[in-house]
Amino acid sequence: MRILEHPILGKMPPRKVVKIEMEGRVLEAFEGEPIAAALTAHGICVFRYTRVRKEPRGISCAIGQCTDCVMVVNGIPNTRTCVTRVEDGMKIQRQE
Amino acid sequence: METYEFAVVGGGPAGMSGAIEAAKAGVQKIAIFDENPTLGGQLVKQTHKFFGGREHRAGKRGIDIASAMAKECHGLGIDVMKDTVVWGIFKGNTVALYNEGKAQRLTAKAILLATGASENNIACPGWTLPGVLGAGGIQTMMNVHRVLPGNRILMVGSGNVGLIVSYQLLQAGAKVVAVIDILPRIGGYGVHASKITRLSVPILTSHSLKEIIGKDRVEAAVIIKVDSKNKPIPGTEQRFDVDTVCLSVGLSPLAELAWMCGCKFLYVPELGGWMPCRSEKMETSVPGIYVAGDGGGIEEASTAMMTGAIAGIAVAESLGYLTKERSEELRKEKTKGLDPFRCKDFGFRRVANEKLIENIIGSKGVRE
Repeated sequence: MRILEHPILGKMPPRKVVKIEMEGRVLEAFEGEPIAAALTAHGICVFRYTRVRKEPRGISCAIGQCTDCVMVVNGIPNTRTCVTRVEDGMKIQRQE
Repeated sequence: METYEFAVVGGGPAGMSGAIEAAKAGVQKIAIFDENPTLGGQLVKQTHKFFGGREHRAGKRGIDIASAMAKECHGLGIDVMKDTVVWGIFKGNTVALYNEGKAQRLTAKAILLATGASENNIACPGWTLPGVLGAGGIQTMMNVHRVLPGNRILMVGSGNVGLIVSYQLLQAGAKVVAVIDILPRIGGYGVHASKITRLSVPILTSHSLKEIIGKDRVEAAVIIKVDSKNKPIPGTEQRFDVDTVCLSVGLSPLAELAWMCGCKFLYVPELGGWMPCRSEKMETSVPGIYVAGDGGGIEEASTAMMTGAIAGIAVAESLGYLTKERSEELRKEKTKGLDPFRCKDFGFRRVANEKLIENIIGSKGVRE
């Protein structure tokens, strides 16, 4: 859910809307926001499944330290989605 | 290879303060490196007003302090390299950088490590589920990126961070079902606690997390009461239907670069674990390598500004820009600014450890 109004931060300033693709689903996102923020805004919380036990993982620290939120971005695995910024046409997949 | 007089790793409150103080004293060619796209470190998500005196920029919100300090850095001619990771420090104070796909090296006469901290977790069944986030993580998502990662939240930890983030979650439109803490008392300031209790958020002390339940994300959390020895009391479980569990259970210094430099370390649980030993001037056991802020022991942003400033002053003295007397005078002033934040019961232990951390330099018995 996007926070459009905020008592301290005010109204969300207008931003350029672009499209990203998440496993075939086209999503609107703001250019330059972290991929993790865009996915969260669309209610997506499972970013990957662990390799051996297939457990779901999502965002934990949101500042690029914990690497829990890594995904395959434009074919590149282990991309930290909380610090990688959205570009138009990006293709994003869950990592397994 | 380009040579700087002073290289600062980390553009948060400690790093910026260090650079600003050094620049004011006349140090030339200063650079700040930060892996983020903006200066400010974790101040950029602090929407609340700070405490303290004028020297701590009290009464201002963290977000505004960040931009004011960044402006000051630019005004003083400090080089700011954003989106730049310092991944190593090698012999001869060689700093290895990585910026937008390019590697680079440079040297500096003095280096300040102001690398901050990472969030702690607590492990219980279900703690790895999506929807379990650090308090800092939630703050970043809602206050910087303006998305709410959940609607119904259980907050674990009643220190200042837990209390402040609970209030900020309420401001952002989320529901905080409860704040729990394993300690028998609320950890943070009363002023922060009353802000959320006024909004009917219960603060349950002597309670811990037993289990987090969910398939692909958090669906519920079970808490349990603990006795005076922190042992769970069977039969006291309570279940909350929540979609998010926020962990506000402390921080650990990010001190990889200090390890790499060969600095002596000391383990101080009250200050977040392993941290580099350093002098009262914030110099580590490796001459020319300084440390400040949470990377040198967990406190908070106001003290980070003070310890950063102390390091900047010491660097200016070591490079010949300040006399010993003037440096001493400035350092005393900044050290006094630390007192109000080290005066509570936690602070007493801090002060005791402070002596330990300083005195350990040059002595044996510490991992080298």
